[in-house]
Amino acid sequence: METTSPKGFFSFLHDCLRWNMQGSTAFQIFRLLLLGGMIFGLYAYSHQFRHGLEVTGMSNIISWGFYISNFTFLVGVAAAAVMLILPAYMFHDPDFHRVVIIGEGVAVGALVMCLSFITVDLGGPLQAWHLIPGIGQFNFPSSILAWDVIVLNGYLLLNIFVPTYILYNHYMGREADKRKYLPFVFLSIFWAFSIHMVTAFLYQGLPARPFWNNPLLGPRFLASAFAAGPALIILVLAAIHNFTNYKIEKRIFHKLRLIIVVSAIINLIMLFSEIFKEFYFPTHHSISAMYLFFGLDGHNALVPWIWTSISCNVLATLVLAFNPGDNNPKVLLPACMVLFIAIWMEKGIGLIVPGLIPSPMGEVVDYLPTWVELGVTLGIFSLGMTIVSSLLYPALIIEQRYDRISGKVS
Amino acid sequence: MVRRKDKEAQVKKNNVSDARTSRRSFLKGVSIAAAAGSAALVTGCIPGKDALSSEGFSLKWEEYFKKHYRLMTQEEKDQTIARLVKLAKIRHDLDIQMSSRPARENVLYGYAFNISRCEGYMDCVKACVRENNLDRKSKTQYIRIFEMEPGQLDPSTGDGKYFHEVPVDNKFYMGVQCFQCENPPCVKACPTKATWQEPDGIVVVDYDWCIGCRYCMAACPYWGRRFNWGEPEIPREEINTRQHYLGNRIRPRGKVEKCTFCVQRTREGRLPACAEACPTGARVFGNLLDPYSEIRYVLKHKKVFRMKEELGTDPKFWYFID
Repeated sequence: METTSPKGFFSFLHDCLRWNMQGSTAFQIFRLLLLGGMIFGLYAYSHQFRHGLEVTGMSNIISWGFYISNFTFLVGVAAAAVMLILPAYMFHDPDFHRVVIIGEGVAVGALVMCLSFITVDLGGPLQAWHLIPGIGQFNFPSSILAWDVIVLNGYLLLNIFVPTYILYNHYMGREADKRKYLPFVFLSIFWAFSIHMVTAFLYQGLPARPFWNNPLLGPRFLASAFAAGPALIILVLAAIHNFTNYKIEKRIFHKLRLIIVVSAIINLIMLFSEIFKEFYFPTHHSISAMYLFFGLDGHNALVPWIWTSISCNVLATLVLAFNPGDNNPKVLLPACMVLFIAIWMEKGIGLIVPGLIPSPMGEVVDYLPTWVELGVTLGIFSLGMTIVSSLLYPALIIEQRYDRISGKVS
Repeated sequence: MVRRKDKEAQVKKNNVSDARTSRRSFLKGVSIAAAAGSAALVTGCIPGKDALSSEGFSLKWEEYFKKHYRLMTQEEKDQTIARLVKLAKIRHDLDIQMSSRPARENVLYGYAFNISRCEGYMDCVKACVRENNLDRKSKTQYIRIFEMEPGQLDPSTGDGKYFHEVPVDNKFYMGVQCFQCENPPCVKACPTKATWQEPDGIVVVDYDWCIGCRYCMAACPYWGRRFNWGEPEIPREEINTRQHYLGNRIRPRGKVEKCTFCVQRTREGRLPACAEACPTGARVFGNLLDPYSEIRYVLKHKKVFRMKEELGTDPKFWYFID
């Protein structure tokens, strides 16, 4: 696609915007659908804003619900970008270099979604400025939530600035200066692990909630994220491969599949270890797990949910491990999709809600999100997808042009 | 064949115009979304039911930018209280008194609960609800009374929803509320320092500084905190107008609240409402630093225990048996 002669950062931004507006019809229809989702989400949120969080399914017993569940899961998706950055920069794998930018785009979308989910969950969103160091009161280093604010925003900045720097240079037709951006790349590798560990510590650090107060939580967060995240990236890469002329090599799918299989197996081993601990000799601290897996006092809203998740998880892991069809997309893509959804079910609602049940006073209630929560969530997911698509679309155009200029790939 | 080609051309043309219309409608959609968004937020900001006068609005505006309570000078505290009093007048036509009285010197409050005496009448619950202006719509209670089977000492095994004549033979009753931990996990969790421990040992919340993230609720092992899911509703004639900034003033929506051992009463030397209301004398409240207080007598001469001591939260609330 033609450019206004590249002359500076302004024209870079301008072209990115213009390319976004000029995408194919199918692309625009896709974006219109997302826009519809966002408008519905905004409508649902305005309802919540007007009436307060009482329009959600949450209560004094289940004080965190669908929003925080999605937040927790999406932190993992954001962290998973590191599974592309790590091989590309640490192991100098040339295949991964071509897709790193896609991983970073997905991370930005996921992080914006994370921050949005936190914001919509606040009872006083207008008071959110109380968190900003300097004008507010920031309970650092005592509160893990304060740590989370730092690591999430820091990771967002890293994932915006590094790719923008590289893309801008490529846009200008020159190579990006490695000395300038490599330190930040390595920082972002370390940072990716930290966003996930800190988010796990948010729960892990609460002795009040035995279901979460478990040293395996952090490592398991990482394992499940490094399965679900690359699974999503395979789906995104397949979409890019099929719908644009930016072609992704088959080798990348193969390598990503191996990463997913290893992570998913480690995740299942840890899950098994947790289940063993809870049920070999059940104690008072196993009541939440009993509620989750078998139901309690006639309350069993999550039982079908968690068993669906675990069956899908095991099935998808087996398919990806034994690889029938030899990386045939018709097998690979559905398996990735199923694995992604299974981990979303387990690490979202399946982790947050049972942690709050029973209440410390032994009371058991069920939780069902209301239409408001579902609507706001739909809106935030649409926002995330809009961000990812409008970042990747111009990025891939620039990369392709740069490849042609530098004569690497036709 | 020719026709087919024509058709294809037609389709292509349509596609082109589709692309244009979709681009146009895309932009249109964006502007509609922006308009809808701002309209939605603006209408959300100004609830219809208590439309404020311009004076009320400017008071609210100043309230919005005020500091954290602990960083305010006494003068600033007086100013915010004056604003809150005026707002109560404008919104509910109520004359309230609000105090910012600090903790008294050499006082550390403690509480003891006599399990052998409590008969489960719940007069304490009723008094607490009235005293602390708790939301009637969601039936918020700071105190819960659990009906217990003999042989159990953990309220989580008891029945917190009993509704029948008390006392019942061969049952006993245990009350729980915020235990004002000496090592409070909720304070550690709060990302904005909106909740803290006062010098008299009471854990309080600056309702206007709280952002409503509810991390403290997840962190509390005693279920001591409540959230204002909606706007609190209290019949006008039942509102307690003697209020404290850190205590029973009517909470804003979307903020966390908790038992403060009735900070508005105890700092004036009175008993908490629950201790005063108890008809059986099961509730003992006092100053732990005063060697001649009743609470110290109980701690010295009775067999006492605390809930979930293994967590190291060090509650200042003891149970004992006569």
